[in-house]
Amino acid sequence: MSNKGLRKVDILFSQYSVAPYQILKQTMKKNKADVLTEINESGLRGRGGAGFPTGMKWQIMADEKAEEKYIICNADEGEPGTFKDRKLLVEVPRKVISGMAIAAWITNSTKGYIYLRAEYNYLIPALKKELEVFEEYSKQFGLDFPIEIFSGSGAYVCGEETALIESMEGKRGEPRNKPPFPTQEGYLGKPTLVNNVETLASVSMVCRYGSEKYKSLGTDAQRGSKLFSLSGDSPKEGVHEFELGMKVSDFVAEYGDGDTKAIQVGGVAGYCIPRKNFENTIIGEGNTTGGATMIFNSTRSMYNVIHNYLEFFVEESCGQCTPCRVGTQQLLKGIEAVKVGDKPECYLQDLIKLSKTMKITSKCGLGQSVTNSFTSIITNFPEEMIY
Amino acid sequence: MSTIKLIIDGQEIEVKNGTTILEAAKKINVNIPTLCHHEDLCVAGNCRVCVVEVKGRERLEASCAVPAEEGMDILTNSAKIRNARKDIVSLLVSEHNTQCTTCYRNTNCELQELAAEYNVDGNKYLSVLKEGIEIDTSSWSIEKDDSKCIHCQRCVRTCAELQHVNALTAAFKGNEMKISTFGELPFNEVVCTNCGQCVNHCPTGALTERRYFDQVWEALGDHSKHVVMNTAPSVRVALGEMLGYEVGTRVTGKMVTAMKKIGADSVLDTDFSADLTIIEEGHELLSRLRKVLLKKDTNIKLPMITSCSPGWVKFIEHMYPNHLGHLSTCKSPQQMFGALTKTYYAEKKGIDPKDIVSVAIMPCAAKKYEANRAEMNDSGYRDIDAGLTTREFGLMIKQAGLNFQNLEDSEFDSIMGESTGAGVIFGATGGVMEAALRTAYTIVTGRNVPFKNLNITAVRGTEGIRKASIKIDGCLEEWAFLEGAELNVAVAHGLKNARTIMDEVASGKSNYHFIEVMGCPGGCIGGGGQPIPTNADIRAKRIQAIYEEDMSKSIRMSHENPEIVRIYKEFLGEPLGEKSHKLLHTHYHKRNRY
Amino acid sequence: MEEVSKIIKEKIKEVGNQRTALLPILQAIMKEQNYVKKEDMVDVAEALDISAADVYGTSSFYSFIETEETGKYLIRICKSITCENKGKKQVLKAIEKELQIDLGETTYDKKFTLKPTNCLGLCDMGPAMLINDEPFTELTTELVSEIICEFRNR
Repeated sequence: MSNKGLRKVDILFSQYSVAPYQILKQTMKKNKADVLTEINESGLRGRGGAGFPTGMKWQIMADEKAEEKYIICNADEGEPGTFKDRKLLVEVPRKVISGMAIAAWITNSTKGYIYLRAEYNYLIPALKKELEVFEEYSKQFGLDFPIEIFSGSGAYVCGEETALIESMEGKRGEPRNKPPFPTQEGYLGKPTLVNNVETLASVSMVCRYGSEKYKSLGTDAQRGSKLFSLSGDSPKEGVHEFELGMKVSDFVAEYGDGDTKAIQVGGVAGYCIPRKNFENTIIGEGNTTGGATMIFNSTRSMYNVIHNYLEFFVEESCGQCTPCRVGTQQLLKGIEAVKVGDKPECYLQDLIKLSKTMKITSKCGLGQSVTNSFTSIITNFPEEMIY
Repeated sequence: MSTIKLIIDGQEIEVKNGTTILEAAKKINVNIPTLCHHEDLCVAGNCRVCVVEVKGRERLEASCAVPAEEGMDILTNSAKIRNARKDIVSLLVSEHNTQCTTCYRNTNCELQELAAEYNVDGNKYLSVLKEGIEIDTSSWSIEKDDSKCIHCQRCVRTCAELQHVNALTAAFKGNEMKISTFGELPFNEVVCTNCGQCVNHCPTGALTERRYFDQVWEALGDHSKHVVMNTAPSVRVALGEMLGYEVGTRVTGKMVTAMKKIGADSVLDTDFSADLTIIEEGHELLSRLRKVLLKKDTNIKLPMITSCSPGWVKFIEHMYPNHLGHLSTCKSPQQMFGALTKTYYAEKKGIDPKDIVSVAIMPCAAKKYEANRAEMNDSGYRDIDAGLTTREFGLMIKQAGLNFQNLEDSEFDSIMGESTGAGVIFGATGGVMEAALRTAYTIVTGRNVPFKNLNITAVRGTEGIRKASIKIDGCLEEWAFLEGAELNVAVAHGLKNARTIMDEVASGKSNYHFIEVMGCPGGCIGGGGQPIPTNADIRAKRIQAIYEEDMSKSIRMSHENPEIVRIYKEFLGEPLGEKSHKLLHTHYHKRNRY
Repeated sequence: MEEVSKIIKEKIKEVGNQRTALLPILQAIMKEQNYVKKEDMVDVAEALDISAADVYGTSSFYSFIETEETGKYLIRICKSITCENKGKKQVLKAIEKELQIDLGETTYDKKFTLKPTNCLGLCDMGPAMLINDEPFTELTTELVSEIICEFRNR
């Protein structure tokens, strides 16, 4: 455990130049292989939550030979408690689009899509305007890379990249079996690179600052800066940018309301950390890093919290695989039964075991991650679960 | 093709690149349990029952969906795996209506088998079975009971991939996810061909055929009724599977005895009316050829396409409503049989047709629907009163307490019990084509088809679409216009292949004269009413049995069937004649496409 | 009816008649009439030459494609934990009272439908809701009355 303290940074939202798409322009003057090396060396990992090394994914994509290759910006930010991508798209869409364009340039991709969640439809007019600006400049730079917005239709699971692709193909957003991975067979069977909004914006930052400088931020586990969507019992709700590696206690001291009982890190798919662990838990180490952070104070019932999460999972499971479809229902019904005394307290242990089965057998990240919040809340607040 | 090496349960094995872990394990005799997997269908990886451990990975992998990789070290049986599988089966049980004792699929249910194998505690988890689920009994052929559904989507994939019908879909998501028709409409209101392949591929009792055996028992017990049973060619090569025989065993003689024992007043053979179909259809083909080639009649459609398969007929009515002119107007053997039972048979036997109950035992689900088509009453009565599947009939034999394996063989009754090898092969894809060619060639040339032992191997096999050309020479004078002509034929089975060939026909680019289409993969032997399981292996063995039955027959061409000769002499007059037209031919309806 | 076939045609001109056009078409119909009728699904199926069941299966998967009759203004109130903790219940009650309907229902005049929704991504400004595509945040019981009033008069 290495506590580096709370280090705020201001990179992703900072203004670089008044002239549009200068990062893209400067980057395209370099050698593609060098830029890819830079991204690799920056240590940047996917910011959607899964944390796959971005450079590696791009390398795989670059190596794929095909007439048509697609870049998809995953703006299906559906994790409860997350809204950082919305802010990026509102305030610095250029950085996101630049990230897409750099990806296209390096990997020789032919078309781009921004998969925007339906809940953010009101962002479309501004984004479209920005895409017109991009079109003008990309032509100037000699880059033929049209980008379209594909509007989602309301399904959390479509944040999973293969479900997102299914959805774009006009189907139910059911995650695919992997392999093949989207970089091999993605949208319409063509190589497809799916990156999160923040990842793409971060690429722009790597290109702007160089890998050395970018790498110097953060920790070994998570390089660079990371956005946090902060909500809940905090006087400072909103999006904040940090280097990772701070103790939860430091974070809570700065952002809590003085009465913090627990903090949920990584959205409902992440972990709930109770007060007693604030001192010995580092954010970004062993807990997922989608960046959704919710603070609960002592007036909040943790039973209500996990009940609310489980209702969410029960509804948003795509329903195709058994552990996720039925497991989520069992967890929800199970805690309700314990709460009213229909099942003994020890049944909670059976449910924890079940959630671990879900983790190792579910088809995609949705079912696999339910155990994170479930186990951490049940184990840390058992007294709140019983009648 | 390159190969890869991996280790499964400590044993090294080399497999072709692209082989799944499940397939690789099978090669070394390791059986991994599956539910959503069916070898007829694409990989789903939904149920997660087939999970295995890949050393070095924390998560288990679905062996049906994950390809084997070089150097993988796999365990298929560990505490971690057993616990996970047991949990998954428990979860499926918790959303399942577990009234197994009253389920039609009791003792033939894949979930039940796994629950027993893993000794699942039904009370471990709470029941999440939805309340108030109603069984859809709107269809003549298929019943859908969502309370038994385990959401494996085998039916959805069957309907989409094998049949290209897409009547079924997964609808909604999460806990509300269900298998549904369009808008959750009842089956009889949607674009469904009643083929029953979904039933045959369902691992549980969620999709079953609508059963009619209680009505049949009632008729059998009613002495004022004269029950005539007839049975399709492919029933005799599959029924044994339900009664303790190896796949591919022919049980014709015992089957006939069983029907007599359960009380049928007359046990007849649909193969007879298959022979009759060949005569009518053969003449129809020749008549169409004459009209088109000689008289240049543009109202007559070629290719002519067979119409024996009611699932196929409904498919073309829905999907190609503007091309119904291609369908032969011949009724299927079942419906010819029904129409004759209550006319010719009644007359010969001196029985009032109103007292006759005609029961057809079929490998098919769509035959139930076909029997109930409004127009199928040319005898003045419902031509066929009840259609049973092979499965229902197998159950009746059990209910009757017959020790099937010890039954003596016996012969079909007369009249309408005599058949030829040509009638028998109707049961396999390509069979109608072969039987028709055997007869049509003889009509035109006065000689037998120029193939060794009459076996037209070019149209046999299991390839989805098969094509052949047969040169006609030495024609009799009446058929001189066909001298030297190449008769182009094609055979398709399974509605997916039917669609491919119909697209060709609809585009006007096909040069075929005659096409055989069977709605189910493999033809009737792979029908929706056949014993479960059915798969490629099983279909191949049933087909082999069909051809063995053909070879065992002394007469192998329909026109040589003495009872056929007799019925034309004594009742029908001539092929395509007035009486034939009334009783043996039919018409079709345009139906909604979407 | 005619309206919808026009929408389908226009959308197909824009995005083609492949299956990929399905969601854009359904969204366009949603925009026009706030739900997709069964007849519309048949039209869509015909236009894309896919089965109506497939259109239904896909439509019903997505919570922003409504398959039951929906009012002109579709209110989606966020039910995520943050909004919940910030007083969503009171706000919801106020809306229900204002519209005289329960969650999941449509007003008699078919003007409003009230539905719950999962996280809107407006957690820092909860409680939040959408009316059609328009977001409304930091809701209070007074504020929702005003908003609804405004929509009534639109």
